[in-house]
Amino acid sequence: MKYLEVRNLRKSFGDLVVLKDISLKVEEGQVVAIIGPSGSGKSTLLRCATMLETMDSGELIYLGEHAVRTGQDGRAVLAPPQQLKRIQNYYGLVFQNFNLFPHYSVLKNVTDALITVQKKSRPEALSIGRGLLQKMALADKEDAYPYQLSGGQQQRVSIARALALNPKVLFFDEPTSALDPELIGEILEVIKDLAAERMTMVIVTHEITFARDVADHVIFIDGGVIVEEGPPEEVIGNPQNERTRAFLRRFEG
Amino acid sequence: MELSVLLLKLTEGMWISTKIFLLTLLFSLPLGLFVAFGRMARNPFVMNLVKLYISIMRGTPLVLQLMVVYYGPYFIFKLSTPDRFLAVIIGFVLNYAAYFAEIYRGGIESIERGQYEAAQVLGYNKAQTFVKIIFPQVVKRILPAVTNEVITLVKDTSLAFVISVSEMFTLAKAIASAQRSVLPYVVAGIFYYVFNFLVALAMEWGENRLAYFR
Ligand SMILES: Nc1ncnc2c1ncn2[C@@H]1O[C@H](COP(=O)(O)OP(=O)(O)OP(=O)(O)O)[C@@H](O)[C@H]1O
Ligand SMILES: [Mg+2]
Repeated sequence: MKYLEVRNLRKSFGDLVVLKDISLKVEEGQVVAIIGPSGSGKSTLLRCATMLETMDSGELIYLGEHAVRTGQDGRAVLAPPQQLKRIQNYYGLVFQNFNLFPHYSVLKNVTDALITVQKKSRPEALSIGRGLLQKMALADKEDAYPYQLSGGQQQRVSIARALALNPKVLFFDEPTSALDPELIGEILEVIKDLAAERMTMVIVTHEITFARDVADHVIFIDGGVIVEEGPPEEVIGNPQNERTRAFLRRFEG
Repeated sequence: MELSVLLLKLTEGMWISTKIFLLTLLFSLPLGLFVAFGRMARNPFVMNLVKLYISIMRGTPLVLQLMVVYYGPYFIFKLSTPDRFLAVIIGFVLNYAAYFAEIYRGGIESIERGQYEAAQVLGYNKAQTFVKIIFPQVVKRILPAVTNEVITLVKDTSLAFVISVSEMFTLAKAIASAQRSVLPYVVAGIFYYVFNFLVALAMEWGENRLAYFR
């Protein structure tokens, strides 16, 4: 089943056209990696997909439900609030700099939305939260506050927080870019484990080796358009486009 | 005059000063938050109106504002003068709400965008985001600035003398000139000092209560 579909997404900030005509599909269980140079619009794409930004025009469809469609005047039209609220449950986002809630303990960071937003009972929320912290090897940290954790631990809490709401699609925007080099591995391992469980994910990353290992599908974006896409063996292993080659050359040791 | 008699006479003033202090905080702290929302409103009319209000409150002496609240209804609208105590409370609340509003605004604007974005993606609505995620962090950040204002308020309560509300300072002055003694002023000074000492203790307690996160 198609979990996510983006059609003809356009987005500009003032005069700056950031995304020109982006279309992509993500199937259930698929892991899509998005790579591309700095400023190419990768974050903007994720932010449009998670509705942190409203697109100028185009369509955004989760599990067949339109979150955004293009109106008759060619402008993007949002779905009615009730529907948006439901659609919002379909996805989660892991930020580059975690954005944990500093005044909440680790456990509360993970469980609060379950109680506040999804109206789950406290015991149920706690058991979901503890289960996820266990999985993230953070069981002993549930009472800690974010500032007491390493960057890698904070990022694992934020992944647990996103997973708690049981999203269909999980987005990552450079989840390891804010981490010290020695902490990057633990996050990549977590994401690999999720991929093994067939979690549907869209990952913006500069870790090319990781993208090749974990992704089913790689999208190379440059200048606001998809320059090349396909299985990692092709896009990363044997790129056809000169811009893709030039970009990847920078990552060769 | 015996010290005990003097203290007894001044007790009434202390109580009134304390009441001005407590009622001002009770009303101006929440009002200030709404003023801050108005100041940050997208509607330019609301925003500019609130901006003007804040600049008048901060740009003119509180003494003058108290007089306007007390004498204004009569001189401007030919209404009867309001109750003195009520006028003092209204004047103080309007003034302090403006100062608190700017403090709240600074605090709210200092919270990273990412906090709102994380809450939005997790599905919190606007009210939940503000009440549960943003405001507790704002409180922690603004507490030192609020402490300053609160300490100033303790001393400012003495300004109620301009419309002859018999708070601590008004009484001390009256007794001092009747008795030709500085003792009432000494007592008044000690009163304000002890009051502020307690305020500082309370605020420190508050800061410690919020020290569990960063
Ligand atoms: N809110 C905004 N207002 C104005 N311009 C913006 C805004 N957000 C992004 N941009 C611009 O849009 C372009 C794309 O930014 P984006 O953050 O999507 O790039 P990116 O591919 O994620 O880059 P990086 O790899 O550095 O994270 C950049 O030129 C950026 O300056
Ligand atoms: Mg980015």
